[in-house]
Amino acid sequence: MTPLVTVDHLVMRFGGITAIDGLSLQVPRGAITAIIGPNGAGKTTLFNCLTGFYRPSAGRILLHEDDGSERDLTRLKGHRIAREARIVRTFQNIRLFGGMTVLENLLVAQHQALTRASRFALAGLLHTPGYRRAEREAIELARRWLAELGLTAFADTPAGALPYGTQRRVEIARALCARPRLLCLDEPAAGLNPRESAELKALLTALRDAHGLTLLFIEHDMSVVMNVSDHVVVMNFGRKIAEGPPEAVRRDPEVIRAYLGEEDEEAADA
Amino acid sequence: MTAAALAAPSPLALRLRDALAVTLLGGLLALPFIGLVTVEEGGALAVRTRWSAWAMTLAAIFFGRLALRAALDAWHTRRPARKRAAFSSTDAVLRRAAGTSLLAAALLLPVFFGDNRYVIDTATTLGIYVMLGWGLNVVVGLAGLLDLGYVAFYAVGAYTYALLSTQFGWSFWEALPAAGALAALFGILLGYPVLRLRGDYLAIVTLGFGEIIRVVLLNWTSFSGGPNGIGGIPRPSFFGLPFARSAEGQTFHEFFGLEFSPMHRLIFLYYLIVTLALLTHALVSRLRVLPTGRAWEALREDEIACKSLGINTTTVKLSAFATGAMLAGFAGVFFAARQGFISPESFTFAESATILAIVVLGGMGSQLGVVLAAAVLVVLPEVGRQFADYRMLVFGAAMVTIMAVRPMGLLARREPTVRLNPARSSAP
Amino acid sequence: MGYALQQLINGLTLGATYGLIAIGYTMVYGIIGMINFAHGEIYMIGAFLSVLTYVLCTALGLGPTPLVLLAMLFVSIAFTALYGWAVERIAYRPLRGAPRLAPLISAIGMSIFLQNYVQLTQGARIKSVPPLWQGSLSLWSADDFPVTIGWTQLTVVVVTLIVMTGFAWMITRTAFGRQQRACEQDPKMAALLGIDVDRTISLTFIIGAALAAVAGMMAVLQYGVIDFTIGFIAGIKAFTAAVLGGIGSIPGAMLGGLLIGLVEAFWSAYLSPEYKDVATFSILVLVLLFRPTGLLGKPDVEKV
Repeated sequence: MTPLVTVDHLVMRFGGITAIDGLSLQVPRGAITAIIGPNGAGKTTLFNCLTGFYRPSAGRILLHEDDGSERDLTRLKGHRIAREARIVRTFQNIRLFGGMTVLENLLVAQHQALTRASRFALAGLLHTPGYRRAEREAIELARRWLAELGLTAFADTPAGALPYGTQRRVEIARALCARPRLLCLDEPAAGLNPRESAELKALLTALRDAHGLTLLFIEHDMSVVMNVSDHVVVMNFGRKIAEGPPEAVRRDPEVIRAYLGEEDEEAADA
Repeated sequence: MTAAALAAPSPLALRLRDALAVTLLGGLLALPFIGLVTVEEGGALAVRTRWSAWAMTLAAIFFGRLALRAALDAWHTRRPARKRAAFSSTDAVLRRAAGTSLLAAALLLPVFFGDNRYVIDTATTLGIYVMLGWGLNVVVGLAGLLDLGYVAFYAVGAYTYALLSTQFGWSFWEALPAAGALAALFGILLGYPVLRLRGDYLAIVTLGFGEIIRVVLLNWTSFSGGPNGIGGIPRPSFFGLPFARSAEGQTFHEFFGLEFSPMHRLIFLYYLIVTLALLTHALVSRLRVLPTGRAWEALREDEIACKSLGINTTTVKLSAFATGAMLAGFAGVFFAARQGFISPESFTFAESATILAIVVLGGMGSQLGVVLAAAVLVVLPEVGRQFADYRMLVFGAAMVTIMAVRPMGLLARREPTVRLNPARSSAP
Repeated sequence: MGYALQQLINGLTLGATYGLIAIGYTMVYGIIGMINFAHGEIYMIGAFLSVLTYVLCTALGLGPTPLVLLAMLFVSIAFTALYGWAVERIAYRPLRGAPRLAPLISAIGMSIFLQNYVQLTQGARIKSVPPLWQGSLSLWSADDFPVTIGWTQLTVVVVTLIVMTGFAWMITRTAFGRQQRACEQDPKMAALLGIDVDRTISLTFIIGAALAAVAGMMAVLQYGVIDFTIGFIAGIKAFTAAVLGGIGSIPGAMLGGLLIGLVEAFWSAYLSPEYKDVATFSILVLVLLFRPTGLLGKPDVEKV
């Protein structure tokens, strides 16, 4: 499988702490990649580097364009990664625009296209046909994702008033409205009940199969990881300790040690 | 179980104890300022006591606290965990009705009070504050940026018109766009270094900027006339017809064959500010439902999420800041034209604070709320001198209280900018 | 040369005042991540209390002695600290966890309230007191320009040094100092370890206010005139000092204060006294533009 993104010897230091320590990995195109690892392994830091919130201390993050050229994302400013590289993410602690309705949230995600259509508010102020069409299209895209994620009923409800599991879905719908090429989900199953968790699995698979998206997600819920991912990367202490198909990773002794702790550590505890 | 819990005091005793504690603290705080006062006597300061005022303060604190506690307790027991209501359509209808009747009242006011100079003057002042409130609402209410030096842009507008008209003979309508553009430019120049940083920095830098503009206007005498200000600013004319008893060309009353009345100009000024305010309202309401306005609100809700969706937050902040500055610039032009004379005294921090209070009390983001709050803040000081003295004190206290009780302001009920199902109100 | 040295002395004494106020900004910012907009008014209240105590002492027949100085210090600190506590309790504590804008606005409201409260209760006129002690110490004469340090200026320097030493000891050596630093780094963890975060925040406001009270007393000693508006400009300048030194850094606040004092003294002496406020403000904007972390501050990593 060809990679969409290559992370190359990435290092992220905060003061004296090295959160990511020479990490290299590839995100295969059109597949679902899971990143797992104990708390503090550097998973979310990796996301923050990937989506431009942190500027890495060293290393490169390469995006492989469709025409075969490469682009180093560490040089792009934060908001331009979503805009130009079309890498969009969700957050571990949901970040919706709580006072705004679900539909509004989804329209904010299409800010670029709409702003261009509104000629930086000028055409919008004049209410030109061109802008009206762009707005209709934006609402149509939102409507499609709302329908696909079963959120149509909540379209006009303030996002902050929805139950937790629904908010998670709204955040994914919002990210999808930004037309991502790579969708990064930070613990999408956290706090979901079993039914919602099953729906999530179906959704992730559908996004890959029906929409051809590349997905990268951080998850602690092993049933989700093992069921849907094509490729699993295991991190610990800022490094990659294993990678491969879920079955192989599950049996990897290094991984088992990272999760269950060292034998002698256990002995020391006892 | 502890002994204290066994001998549980009655709610009344608890409340009394609480009120006593608060009174004790409040009394201590008030002692050096209300109980004692330094006054000048024969060239030196002396201390006078005001025990009665202090005692009254103590009593007010004690009973106020008791009443507050009782009210709060009643509120908590009566209110069953109310869920945050979805946007109801009846609410919107009520709002529209209130808006329409206010508009009608504004338009008809000179018909009923056309000969009452005081009413028209006060209403014009109110119009200025409404316009300023709507302008600042873009910055604070929609984009969630705290601008504490809003009056600086108002000053930029006023001085631009004053200078352009007295030095270069520009007319009101020629100077209006120029002043708006210049104020917006100032907004961008000031905002650019600061808006990349956290919100608090913006607040203090705008606070400083408001003061600096005033200092510059006070001291740069050759430019701004210093403390003497600029006088003889031409009044706007009615499409070229001056409001004078007699002039070189035709005057307003001659053209329309009316008896000359000084009220004509005042009524014209009143309609002018109503028009400017309505244009402001139209602009802001329209911007709110455009991508720009939605991005402002999204920014207020969560800046990090905005970045993750590819929104350049600096640009969005700058656009809000510049829009607000431009509107203040327009209002400044009107102010200068109305007064005919301006000086740095009109552009103090107290003005910025008043405008901010209007936005905060009105419910940040609510256009109707701004009108009501401006009405309260402008009309009440007219009612009694007593209130005028305590005006800022009350504003300050009200800002603290409202933030604690209803951070989104008294009237804030947000109307969505777009609905998927416009026909039915959404009840999930 | 002599003139410049004189400005150096003037600037440093002025800077000591700014530094003391700036510490309050920086400490509060460090612990709750917010600017205490009412801090300038707290300083103003401290100055008013100093004047009140001074006049009371004179009325009681206590001459201008070190005893009066101590009384001023004590009364001013005690009451101002109480005001600082009240500001936190009323304007900040009810708003923990509210949207970011809410505490900013409530603090501004508090500042407006306090300024008008003092104006209404004590009058809008300037309060002036005679100098506590007159005369000055002639240090040396350079280029025929006598360099002097006024006794009051010397008092300011000595009191600042004593207060700063005591403060440094408290932050580095006492349990409160440790708790304060722990809450700054991670309030949740600090709470889990049994530190009373609310109490620590309250104490931070109290200490900041106490230092502002000392600064207020300095202003009274140095200039002898105050009014209810002095907190506004002093607040902005001290905040600039805190930003210049690196907000969150206590030594930075003191350093920033001294630098701002020097800039102001030299600007007034050599350029234009009218625009000294413009000069400080320009520094604030320049620092924010080119070095938002200040001289001694740590880079602020955005938490995502």
